[in-house]
Amino acid sequence: MIFENKRKAALILADGTVFEGKGFGAEGKTVGEIVFTTAMTGYQETLTDSSYCGQIVTQTFPLIGNYGVNNIDPESKTSAVSGYIVREYCEVPSNFRCEGDLDSYLKSFGIIGICDIDTRRLTRIIRESGVMNGAIISGEFDKDELLKEIKAYKVGEVVPKVSVKEKEIFTAENAKYNVVLMDYGYKYNIRRELVKRGCNVTVMPYNATPEEIKAANPDGIMLSNGPGDPADNVGSIQTLRELVSAKIPTFGICLGHQLLALANGAKTEKLKYGHRGGNQPVKDIARDKTYITSQNHGYAVIGDSVPAEVGAVSHINGNDGTCEGVRYTNAPAFTVQFHPEACGGPHDTSYLFDEFINLMEENKA
Amino acid sequence: MPLRSDIKKVLVIGSGPIVIGQAAEFDYAGTQACRALKQEGLEVVLINSNPATIMTDKHMADKIYIEPLTLDVVKRVIEIEKPDSVVSNLGGQTALTLSMQLAESGYLEEHGVKLLGSNPETIHKAEDRQAFKDTMEEIGQPCIPSKVVENLEDAMAFAEEIGYPVIVRPAFTLGGTGGGIAETREELHEIATNGLRLSPITQILVEKCISGWKEVEFEVMRDRKGNVITVCSMENFDPVGVHTGDSIVVAPTVTLADKEYQMLRTAALDIIQALKVEGGCNCQFALKPDSFEYAVIEVNPRVSRSSALASKATGYPIAKVAARIAVGYTLDEIINQVTGKTYACFEPALDYLVVKFPKWPFDKFVYAKKTLGTQMKATGEIMAIAPSFEAGMIKAVRSIELGMDTLTKREFTELSDEQVREKLYDVDVDRAFCVFEALKRGISVDDIHDITKIDKWFIAKLKNLAELEKLLAEGGLTQEKYDLAKKYCYLDSTIERLSGQKLADRNISRRLAVYKMVDTCAAEFSADTPYFYNDFDEENEAKEFIEQHPSDKKKVIVFGSGPIRIGQGIEFDYCSVHCVWTLKEEGCEAIICNNNPETVSTDFDTGTRLYFDPLTKEDVEALIETEKPYGCVVQFGGQTAIKLTKHLTEMGVRILGTQAADIDAAEDRELFDELLEKCNIPRPQGETVFTTEEALKAANKLGYPVLLRPSYVLGGQNMIIAHGDSDVSEYMAIITSHELENPVLIDKYMMGTEVEVDAICDGEDFVIPGIMEHVERAGIHSGDSISIYPSQNLTPHIKKVIIDYTEKLAKALHVIGLVNIQYVVYNHEVYVIEVNPRSSRTVPYISKVTGVPMVDLATKIILGKKLKDMGYTSGLYPNAEYVAVKVPVFSFEKLHDVDNQLGPEMKSTGECLGIAKTFGEAIYKGLTAAGYKFCHPSDGKNPDSPDGTYGVLISVRDSDKNEIIEIASRFEDLGFTVYATGGTASVLNRNMIAANHVYRIHEEQQPNVISLLESGAVSYVVSTSETGRKPSLDSVRMRRKAVERSIVCLTAIDTASALLDCLEANRSIDGVELVDITKI
Repeated sequence: MIFENKRKAALILADGTVFEGKGFGAEGKTVGEIVFTTAMTGYQETLTDSSYCGQIVTQTFPLIGNYGVNNIDPESKTSAVSGYIVREYCEVPSNFRCEGDLDSYLKSFGIIGICDIDTRRLTRIIRESGVMNGAIISGEFDKDELLKEIKAYKVGEVVPKVSVKEKEIFTAENAKYNVVLMDYGYKYNIRRELVKRGCNVTVMPYNATPEEIKAANPDGIMLSNGPGDPADNVGSIQTLRELVSAKIPTFGICLGHQLLALANGAKTEKLKYGHRGGNQPVKDIARDKTYITSQNHGYAVIGDSVPAEVGAVSHINGNDGTCEGVRYTNAPAFTVQFHPEACGGPHDTSYLFDEFINLMEENKA
Repeated sequence: MPLRSDIKKVLVIGSGPIVIGQAAEFDYAGTQACRALKQEGLEVVLINSNPATIMTDKHMADKIYIEPLTLDVVKRVIEIEKPDSVVSNLGGQTALTLSMQLAESGYLEEHGVKLLGSNPETIHKAEDRQAFKDTMEEIGQPCIPSKVVENLEDAMAFAEEIGYPVIVRPAFTLGGTGGGIAETREELHEIATNGLRLSPITQILVEKCISGWKEVEFEVMRDRKGNVITVCSMENFDPVGVHTGDSIVVAPTVTLADKEYQMLRTAALDIIQALKVEGGCNCQFALKPDSFEYAVIEVNPRVSRSSALASKATGYPIAKVAARIAVGYTLDEIINQVTGKTYACFEPALDYLVVKFPKWPFDKFVYAKKTLGTQMKATGEIMAIAPSFEAGMIKAVRSIELGMDTLTKREFTELSDEQVREKLYDVDVDRAFCVFEALKRGISVDDIHDITKIDKWFIAKLKNLAELEKLLAEGGLTQEKYDLAKKYCYLDSTIERLSGQKLADRNISRRLAVYKMVDTCAAEFSADTPYFYNDFDEENEAKEFIEQHPSDKKKVIVFGSGPIRIGQGIEFDYCSVHCVWTLKEEGCEAIICNNNPETVSTDFDTGTRLYFDPLTKEDVEALIETEKPYGCVVQFGGQTAIKLTKHLTEMGVRILGTQAADIDAAEDRELFDELLEKCNIPRPQGETVFTTEEALKAANKLGYPVLLRPSYVLGGQNMIIAHGDSDVSEYMAIITSHELENPVLIDKYMMGTEVEVDAICDGEDFVIPGIMEHVERAGIHSGDSISIYPSQNLTPHIKKVIIDYTEKLAKALHVIGLVNIQYVVYNHEVYVIEVNPRSSRTVPYISKVTGVPMVDLATKIILGKKLKDMGYTSGLYPNAEYVAVKVPVFSFEKLHDVDNQLGPEMKSTGECLGIAKTFGEAIYKGLTAAGYKFCHPSDGKNPDSPDGTYGVLISVRDSDKNEIIEIASRFEDLGFTVYATGGTASVLNRNMIAANHVYRIHEEQQPNVISLLESGAVSYVVSTSETGRKPSLDSVRMRRKAVERSIVCLTAIDTASALLDCLEANRSIDGVELVDITKI
């Protein structure tokens, strides 16, 4: 099996570096921003995490696809990644829930993958130079032409691509709260965590107006994760700004965290190569405890830019000290940069969903 | 808050002698911890009975007691030193149990001593079966249906209730000693009886057998603030049912999806929170392969073998961090040394796969049961780091030193397909190899899984290797095939053998390995860890690292000793580490290459750089190419490193110290004989043979008894004393069943006093730090003998001869560095038995007792310094004021069917030391440390015996019958009831010693030896027999019964005599002086 002549493929970076490997998944050419994740499990969750829209994802763990894929673990309907880079993908997966292999899975979404790549070498390049555009291509190619295309690539405004077009409603048994989940490319587990805690969840498109949101009569608003540069989402930021005065309990995750910060006058910046993985330490300042978190972001809120009159930084990253959360004083709202909904990654901060529930409960009373 | 202000002086309890289940990993952990504590400015007091360790070295602690690890001794050390705290969780089960006893009895509180690490409540909750179950229930963690019982009836009743098979786990035993799986009532009867007896609190757990589930481990850490992290996850190749210490293990887990992984990770963190562990903790889970059902198997609230593996697998220094947590730091305050930028409060991300492979002693114990179960049998392990499981297995198998470079086990190639399929049912040490053979025979992955329950993922990966090897064997060797084989880290020599073609003939462009860094973070941050492993990519991070850290220092590579095994233990790691330290002091860059995850040498900050790789010619070639060293050191890494000498010399690498040709002259029989003749030094007569016929002829010519051994041996592997033709024939049959590359040596066996020296030589001068004399006469392997320093019974003349011979041999062999020589003194003549131009097992203890830093001196010498310039003069160093007695420690209770009679083949796994002003006290301490019990009939009745007396059972071979009379009479005088088998009894009775006759087993009459041993009437067994080894022999069964019943069994007259000396002196441990060796 290991000797089947896999088709040749190449990975070309914006700096001209070429990696030769073997193609898997769909065939063809793809251009995107190359990022890496250090998560050792959860590749299916990664592939279906809409926050990766426009990006070619590299797995630093060398053995991917070990336990196959199934229909339960996806975090969205499809895969929004632009491409997939692994060292070795497993052709004979083994797990009781396994329903197929990674290769077929990528094909089903038309995702172009490349394997047999020294992913450590690639990661070190990205770490040193910062995120970089690149392309995966099968067969022959004109390097100069391709490099032009690579350099011209921009992730752009991608939230519209991954957000729902119409609102969707999910009901909980014995529901106690109504939550509007603003979909900037939300991971299913955010919804599951809310439904599990007795919330009826109304998933609303990214461009829902303040009136539409209020009309849903929410006890709380959940701002989801999502892809791209937060500052590109001018409309969404404006919507959130208008909602501040409504004093509706709000919980933001990842892009949602950044958007609310921007709406409140803070600034965001692009990180050199971002935080992507399941091992990022985050200190909860109020609790004086550090939690291991799941992360996937290329931009961060600049901690010092959060206006003192609206709130303060509540969480910081244990590695680089970047802002990982804000607690607002001008509204019943708190947001985090990391992913308390996990999937993949550690569940250590799921208590934040409980805090959101408490916040809604307090606000009701 | 950093360091607790109420801590100034800390007592660290070590783990004692190396036994199966508790090995070098605790030296590694203890050393890391002591260094961390000292760095905090704390005064560190250490107690550990194991002299071969780094942790008992003078640099490691302020006060060091190499004393027996008994409760009384620890209490006395506390009273002398008055520490304010004790660390409980760094010295394995031994330290944990002692700490718990000290705490629970109220002793610590009474003396104002705090327990750091795991508190008593934590230990109780984790160690007491019922308390553990209750705690798990409270936090909703599922356990396996089980019941704690204290008698056989309850065990049987519970088994009926939950159904067979059941697992028996005795409480508070090391490495699961005395446990097992019972399929039937009869088996449970046997195992439960045994387990109840071995448990110090007569308590066993009977539990539902879940063999076949996946076994997964998490290493987790917690600080007092409640920050929790997982350092590493591990998955066993072997499903539940095989002790994790005996399983091939990979890190991280590979067959768990994120859902299962996070479920178990969260469970592990919930457990450590509930137990309030402050430090490291190991959680073992069983996961049902076809659902999310799982169960907690075991929790160890301390550093462990798994934590050592996890540390080496990830680069995260668990013990160091645990020590800092113990004294008050929190995870978010401790810097991650690897990156130097981030904190210890994170979880390592791996971008490679680690494979751990156990090293079992069955290449030595040919008659022992190789089956694996809940009782650990491995003496050591190796770790391989690779980009894939396949490559990891290939690197692992060549690190484990079984003479293999692929997973093909020769004896399996001779089996029929049907036999291979049948063999798959055996859960034994060869199972991975059997799976591989089955794959080569075309047996399907599914079939193999159905039989073995090994996850298909692993089997399918091994199938890739089977296919690769088939591909190599078919048709012409192409560059493509070669590259593919290299991707899986095959050696060029293996590729040539499997393909039957030479690379050169096929115009293959050779590829040499390059290096990747282990950095805890999968390259997310730039790291400065000088920790590398080889693979076959383009980029060489080690080379890059060297270029970025330019230095004009001399680069010296030190080769380590590989896995811990009987005959090559932790002593060699001690020597390697000391060599590295001295090299650094001398202004060199010291580079280590080794593959043993349990050791100090493979701690990434021991050497200037660490290469975690197999120690074979090609692996070493790549290393030389990358490092381009000034020279290499081979003399401290045991036979593993010595074996590389020839290859290194061929590569044109400078060997620092004794040269290849001289090493060869000591090991090659003919060359050695020539050398002895030239020096005019006698040795026992001997011959070299290849066949049984030649052997018989030679043996008869020399006259029995004769000593048989293969040339190039270590630890007396496959060495026997033959008393007649049948012994020779049996032996040659076993030896010739393997490929006989080297001849068999037959020597006249001389039963004299065995003497051993280690010497340091610079080519001109030589220093002998001390002469050691063995208690047991020649014939018992030096590693298994009780060794005394300084010698007690040698005449000045004999000593002079020994010094003279040592000088002559050292000079003739051009020894630069260390040499170990064994002599036998027979009829007032000195004969040479063996010369090893390298470090030896005795170097650590002699260095500690004499104060002569042997390895340091030897290292300086190989760099060109002279003894004279360092203040030493030729000859024997003056005697120290203390007598030191090294007592071997065995792991017989874990190795069923191994004859515990001592002989020329080494059997001990570790050693203890007794140090005192007099020989009598020193041997008493040594024996106490090794676990010998002292029974004094004069003190009163024996509560375990039906008649209230203390008994000794004697059964000796004819050649010992004369000497046994005095032994028996001394036992009788002390008030022991003497029991003896037929021949021995009649000799004793004829000599006016009242010996009660007991029957041998085959005599089928009562009372026989077995029923006597089971009755509890016997405290000591003295047993020697002409022939041993075969488990079916009467004498072997008797000795095994003694082991099972934990009865002291003496298999040499001299050992019995030494024990009697102690009994007659009627010493107590309270009466002996405790020695702080830092003051020597």
